[in-house]
This record gives sequence, structure tokens and C-alpha cells, in this order.
Amino acid sequence: MSSPPMGSTQQTVPILAARGLAKTHGRTRALRDASVELRAGEILAVTGASGSGKSTLLHCLAGIVRPDEGSVVYAEQRLDQLPEERLSELRRTEFGVVFQFGQLIPELTALDNVALPMLLAGTARKDAHERAGEWLERFGVRGQETLRPGEMSGGQSQRVSLARALVTGPKVVFADEPTGALDSLASEQVMTALVHTAREAGTAVLLITHDAQVAAYADREVWLRDGVVSQDAADLEVAQ
Amino acid sequence: MSTRHILLGLLAGGPSHGYDLKRRHDERFPQARPLAYGQVYTTLQRLVRDGLAEVDGTDSDGGPERTRYRSTDKGAKELAAWTGEITAPAPFVTNEIFAKVVCAILASTDAAGYLSAQRAAHMARMRELTALKTAPDADLATVLSADYALNHLDADLRWMTTTAARLTTLTAEVDAA
Repeated sequence: MSSPPMGSTQQTVPILAARGLAKTHGRTRALRDASVELRAGEILAVTGASGSGKSTLLHCLAGIVRPDEGSVVYAEQRLDQLPEERLSELRRTEFGVVFQFGQLIPELTALDNVALPMLLAGTARKDAHERAGEWLERFGVRGQETLRPGEMSGGQSQRVSLARALVTGPKVVFADEPTGALDSLASEQVMTALVHTAREAGTAVLLITHDAQVAAYADREVWLRDGVVSQDAADLEVAQ
Repeated sequence: MSTRHILLGLLAGGPSHGYDLKRRHDERFPQARPLAYGQVYTTLQRLVRDGLAEVDGTDSDGGPERTRYRSTDKGAKELAAWTGEITAPAPFVTNEIFAKVVCAILASTDAAGYLSAQRAAHMARMRELTALKTAPDADLATVLSADYALNHLDADLRWMTTTAARLTTLTAEVDAA
């Protein structure tokens, strides 16, 4: 059985690699010897039941939390050893993050929410708004510029969140259950937009989901069980 | 699946000959097994024999002569009865995967390894179907038939995940029996 066409030939090069990650929250071991690679331009799904350690893995890979053991290497830098300021800069410039509930700023319009990362990076307001408008268009939510998050549907709001995550041209987007709060049609629209746009921009995506139908949008899947990562069969064949 | 009712459904749109019915069937039901010409002609003859369809005329268009068929009133009533009839939800689904898991436990082979490989095969097929339905030229019939298959594969997959998590208990139960 063949995989769907992949975005580019870059996909053999790992952009992000975690080795032997362990993380404990209180008395709960969230990760145990977890290793995973994300290749440049690849969409990788990480699946597993609730409490299997998916979100902890994402947080370690995105430099949001530091693992107790193991290493996370991004572009030849050890994220687990970088100072907080440098991590913060990386998250602002090279990473995009989307959560289950988009976490848009409720007081800002859709356009301002998308423009915000560029404004924080010092882009002129007019340019930031122009580019934000283009990204809303890419995600099929042009015409919603003046709406605030509370005035949009869940699917629209999540597409605005994706536009905000991708507007700065990140190398990696981390999406934690991006369709978790959506019905199946809205979920399909959000995933189609995410996959299409990420492939076009050559952005790698680490997609956390418990939903196999969402994971099926990815090029490859690994799954977590009790904090341990299993590779998919295609990978096992390559490894052997 | 009842081929005679499907053909009556296609004839409900107007008279047609066997070749067109086969082509329209394969277009409308893209994920279904394509109809064989022989099956179409045999079924049409049976529909005529049972008074559900009749010969409407012949076309040649410069090529070989082709018989055109149309539905009868009796055929229309039969079709209406079929489309309104509840399809019985299967009381037990034949589950080869479950049978293999139990046999693997009985034979002391690697049931967990089998489930894991089966899961990966299901995921690979789901990726293919997702690529098919999200292709820019996918029509709604393709999207809906891919969705139908995806939902069934997803149900299998969820069952496999739960079973993998309960394998120790199942092994104890099978071994004790």
C-alpha cells in the first residue's frame, strides 16, 4: 500500500529530533524513553489515548517544557539546553502553535489576531494587516476580518488560529488536537486548509490527535501508549 | 447489494442501454466494485422477464445495435418499496481481525504484533482514502463514498486500540477456557 504523495523531497531530512525523552508530572510518568523525528516539510501525526503523553511530547518538542531526561535537537541546537530567552525567540520566529481551543485574543478582531505576531516582531501595521488578510484568504475565512472570536463558528475561529500560527512563515507548526472541539465537517475543512497550506509553504507539522480520521491527513503516524512511542509500519520497514 | 434494484434506480432517470448503465453505475458508486457487463445484461433480462423493465427500442449510432431498456410501473413500485425498506443492522459482524487475535493467543503467537501491523495497514488505507477525497478534482460522490469507508476503517481501528489495551485480560480469559 503506498502513502499519499508527500510535499517535497526534503522529507528525508529531520528538522526536529527527540531522543530518549522522559518527563514526570508529580507522580505520573508522562513520557518514558520517547524518541521521534520530524522531517522537513513532513506532516507527522502523533496519536494515542487520553493521558498517553501526547501533549507532553508536543510541549517538549516545542521547547515549552524541558524533559527530565533525553535530548531535543532542532536545527542543530539542543532545545532542552537553550536559555529561556532563546527558546522564546525560536517559538516566536520559527515555530507556530495551535491548540484545541484556538486561544485567540477575544477582544481582537480576526484580522488583528492574525496580524499580532507580525506587529510584535516590529512589522509596520499596514503591512501586517495586508499579510494577515492574505492568510485569512488562504484559510478560506476572508470576509470575517472584523469579527471577534466569540462571533465566529468553531471552525472559522480555528482557521483564524491556523492563519495566525502560519503567518510568520514558521519552519514547524505544532498542532495540539486542532479539531478536537469541531464537528466532522468543520474538522474536514480545518484539516484540508492546514495540510494544503503547510504543503504549499513547505512547513513541517506535528499534529497531535486522538482521532484516526484526522491522523489520516498526515504523511506518517506514530502512536503513544503509556508514554512510549511506537513507529508506524512503514518506518519499521525502513528501519529494518 | 441488490444489482437489480440499483439498475432500476439508474433506469428511473430515463431509458438507457446496458453499456450506459454500467458506466453510470461505476461513476455514481466510485468505491463500489465495478459492475461486469455480463452481470448488467443478465440482470436486465431478468428484470424484463419479471415485468419490472421492458425494451424501449434500439440504437445503433453507426455501430452495433444496442437495446434500450426502460422501467415499468411495476419496476417503479418495486424500487420505491426497496428504497423505503430498512436495511437490517447486522446483529454480528464477521470479524476476521478478532478471530486472528483469539487464534494468535491460542497458538501463543504475537497477537499484539499482529494488531499493531493491522493497525498500520488500516492507517495506510485511511491515508489513501483521505488523499482521494481531498484531491482538488474530487466530486461529492467520491468524497461521500471515501467517507463511508473511512468511518468503517476508523471503527475497526478504535476496536483494535481498545483490544490492544485489553490483550492481557483477553489472553488470561482465552487461556483459562
